[in-house]
Amino acid sequence: MKVQLFIDGQAHLATLGSNLAAALAGLPGRCSVSGQPRAALCGMGVCFECRVTIDGQPHQRACQRVVYEGMEVAREL
Amino acid sequence: MSSELHTDIAIIGAGPAGIAAAIAACAQGAHVTLVDDNPRPGGQIWRGGPSQAPASASSTFRQLADSQARLLSGFRVAAIPAPGQLLLEDPHRAQVLRYGKLIIASGARERLLPFPGWTLPGVTGAGGLQALVKGGLDVRDQHIVLAGTGPLLLASAATLRAAGAQVLLIAEQAPWSQLARFGWALKAYPAKLAQAASLAWQLGGVPYHHASHVLAALGQTRLEGVQLQLGARTLTLPCDWLGVGYGLLPNTELLRALHCQISQGAAEVDALMQTSQAGIYAVGEATGIGGVDKALLEGRIAGLAATGAAAAAQALAPKRKRQLAFAALLDKHFALQPAITQLAQPDTLVCRCEDVSHASLQLFDSWREAKLQTRCGMGACQGRICGAACESLYGWQGSGDRPPLLPTRLGSLLEPTLAKANPT
Amino acid sequence: MNPVMHGDVLIIGAGIIGSALAEQCARRGLRVAVAEAAIPAAGTSAAGMGHLVVLDDNPAELALSRDGLARWQARRHELPANAEYRACGTLWLARDEAEMQEAERKQAGYQQHGLSSNLLPATALRKLEPALAPNLAGALQVPDDAVLYPPVASRWLLQNAQALGAQLWCKAQVSSVDDEGVARLADGRLLRARHIVIAAGNASATLLPGLPLKPRKGQLLITERYPQRIRHQLVELGYIRSAHASDGDSVAFNVQPRATGQLLIGSSRQFHDTDPAINWPLLQAMLSRALEYLPSLRQLQALRSWAGFRPATPDKLPLLGKVPGHSRLWLATGHEGLGITTALASAHLLADLLCEQAPALDPTPYNPARFGPWSLADQHHPVGVAA
Ligand SMILES: Cc1cc2nc3c(=O)[nH]c(=O)nc-3n(C[C@H](O)[C@H](O)[C@H](O)COP(=O)(O)OP(=O)(O)OC[C@H]3O[C@@H](n4cnc5c(N)ncnc54)[C@H](O)[C@@H]3O)c2cc1C
Ligand SMILES: Cc1cc2nc3c(=O)[nH]c(=O)nc-3n(C[C@H](O)[C@H](O)[C@H](O)COP(=O)(O)OP(=O)(O)OC[C@H]3O[C@@H](n4cnc5c(N)ncnc54)[C@H](O)[C@@H]3O)c2cc1C
Ligand code: FES
Repeated sequence: MKVQLFIDGQAHLATLGSNLAAALAGLPGRCSVSGQPRAALCGMGVCFECRVTIDGQPHQRACQRVVYEGMEVAREL
Repeated sequence: MSSELHTDIAIIGAGPAGIAAAIAACAQGAHVTLVDDNPRPGGQIWRGGPSQAPASASSTFRQLADSQARLLSGFRVAAIPAPGQLLLEDPHRAQVLRYGKLIIASGARERLLPFPGWTLPGVTGAGGLQALVKGGLDVRDQHIVLAGTGPLLLASAATLRAAGAQVLLIAEQAPWSQLARFGWALKAYPAKLAQAASLAWQLGGVPYHHASHVLAALGQTRLEGVQLQLGARTLTLPCDWLGVGYGLLPNTELLRALHCQISQGAAEVDALMQTSQAGIYAVGEATGIGGVDKALLEGRIAGLAATGAAAAAQALAPKRKRQLAFAALLDKHFALQPAITQLAQPDTLVCRCEDVSHASLQLFDSWREAKLQTRCGMGACQGRICGAACESLYGWQGSGDRPPLLPTRLGSLLEPTLAKANPT
Repeated sequence: MNPVMHGDVLIIGAGIIGSALAEQCARRGLRVAVAEAAIPAAGTSAAGMGHLVVLDDNPAELALSRDGLARWQARRHELPANAEYRACGTLWLARDEAEMQEAERKQAGYQQHGLSSNLLPATALRKLEPALAPNLAGALQVPDDAVLYPPVASRWLLQNAQALGAQLWCKAQVSSVDDEGVARLADGRLLRARHIVIAAGNASATLLPGLPLKPRKGQLLITERYPQRIRHQLVELGYIRSAHASDGDSVAFNVQPRATGQLLIGSSRQFHDTDPAINWPLLQAMLSRALEYLPSLRQLQALRSWAGFRPATPDKLPLLGKVPGHSRLWLATGHEGLGITTALASAHLLADLLCEQAPALDPTPYNPARFGPWSLADQHHPVGVAA
């Protein structure tokens, strides 16, 4: 089953129950403090590289969250 | 849910160790609360919960479901506002948990070490990539290289293959002599040998190189390829994902915050899994890396000991000796080769949160001074990644954990039922 | 054992005070050595906020903080980028009409001394800082105040001194001093200089028992990066009351926007608590206070909290000058919550005294003789290090 989430305003489909970091893989991600592109590293909540803004709250770790219908994700913090 | 909860036994971490502890403690009639920051129970190995777990885990999950344990998934321990209290937080709420006894089953994380290009998207931990795949990452027909050290490389490769990926090769840094001795020693552990054989079977055809490591990840804005040292030769390979992990490190932040004695990076425990602090137990990877069997056993011992069944707990002690001997084998045979800590170039970033380079850190003699002058370790991960890297590269011991344990909403720190405030 | 070093001035302690003094003495051509028990800039100077602020509670405080700020301003372009100097100004926040009147009094005082400041009514305040609670009555803006990152600024001062020939001895804990210009290190080595300056922060009292210096604990909390949420250092007008309370625990709203986009939230003051661990009730009181002024803080991620110890004298003014009854032993400590602001001013004043030149500021209010006299530490007693 699929759910619809919004990534930077664009609708995307993701498998129900999947992890947000997995759903974001392959899309350009956040930039580091010196402007380098970054994406999930540890997959388990330790490195904070997968941070995104979820429903308006910045600095959320995508790898610790499961996607849900209507989830709004922004890749910049 | 009210904002304050009470329990006889609080267990932090719902991996095999925490689950086993919960089952044992519940069976003794105790009121148990199991807390884990992941959306589902299972920890690292059974990530994804009951529905994705292997057959061998299903009876454990069933026993957990049948027990009276209260499961708080998605909650992390954020701070210890007072003795006997834990401040928990999930994405929406904060919660104070008051406990009688505490069992810490916080597991382990990967040791991730810097090499040129390691910050590129597409480069992950070896177990990290496995975790992402267990979380639904689609790797069908993707080309993947795994590198680093230890049995986790094999486990990860098996998961990736099962998910349809093409694992191009595995680069293990340990030399053949060490691996052969490990293989030989494994004979004393038929169960482990069977696990290893089954992994080898699942991996049929994936080249496994010893004395080999990553030199650099290549690409502009995303990983495009990898440069490898394979024994005496170098090789450049295009790939979509690169998973690199140099073994596991126990998660000790919570233990340290509770002033539990740590030695060689893991919790010090007695035969009944009690730490240096009375009433606080540590189990599983948190007491030293030894895998799932050790985790299950230690969880059971602590679950019994914490509920007063000392004799039953004591009876399991000899079994644990064997598990510890196996853990020692892992440690010895997968020790890091010197080359691994010399891969970073001057411009390679060591601290990824604050983007601090190897060159700027080399100017300092201690973690504290480097931190104050460069911001290394001051970012979001609070040194969880770069602390281990600095220890391996420069021999620095990190220091000075401060609350919260993980970044926490300011509002959660004000959870009203915390200790009463009365400044004049 | 023969002394291993000879020089004009030996400075004990490489916090921001000792480092600023080392630079100033070296600039004047003195042969300088600095003995630091641990590592430079890792004591109180690593724990504070780095608000460069003119405080006007009494004339002596005003004179020193004003001179200190002016000296930082004059050197702002010399500072390395990672010292994060930013001329963000201060907004002194008034909750009600009574506090607004206090703001007016404060403005009159600044004006009298030729310092610029603007009274902001509620609407103007909201425009400047929309995140502030809507019920505030207004503010006094002091545009010339600034912030910096103290550990880097402190290390920079010391490096300047070293570039001019000053010697730095790290892991060199002084266990006793005498009035002959000899300092004994914990490892037995002796250092000799014409003058010895004790700039050891809170630990100064271990070298001079009876020194009226008490550690005053302060807690801070820093958030993740939230760029552009706040642009000025925000302080409640009640801050002075908290800073000058002579006893008891107090909190005051004080939030600083860091160059990184992080928010540094303060502050608390406590005597009688020498435990470096966080005091939760007080942290909570401090955060509750912060939420009254900035309600949207509630959702921000707190990264880390910590405590530091301000070296405080009974009158909250520093000790700058000769140890009473001694000819070669000097003090440069006791800067409480203003040592970052006043470091350069203190260094100039003390260097003038050391060189027997007339200081630009009247040194009397800071003269240690206002409290003395004290006896020297027993040579055989080991000495603790600053918290
Ligand atoms: C990325 C990774 C992949 C692995 N893959 C395999 C594999 O495929 N096969 C294998 O045999 N072994 C694997 N391992 C080894 C694994 O650690 C052990 O086999 C086993 O899972 C250990 O069990 P445990 O209960 O001690 O810890 P874990 O399974 O690690 O469980 C600890 C749990 O505690 C939680 N936790 C920690 N701190 C807090 C806190 N403050 N608040 C709330 N929750 C917290 C963690 O999120 C985690 O869920 C892997 C390890 C890692 C790090
Ligand atoms: C929470 C907090 C917030 C603050 N905010 C501000 C602010 O916004 N603005 C501002 O201007 N000020 C602020 N301050 C005050 C400021 O930080 C201090 O006044 C200043 O850092 C004091 O510097 P110091 O050099 O005297 O002390 P320290 O930095 O403590 O230096 C003393 C040094 O002496 C060394 N030492 C000690 N004993 C010996 C020995 N026996 N031998 C050799 N070396 C020794 C120590 O290791 C240390 O390095 C704040 C302080 C705190 C705690
Ligand atoms: S990938 Fe490391 S925290 Fe999410």
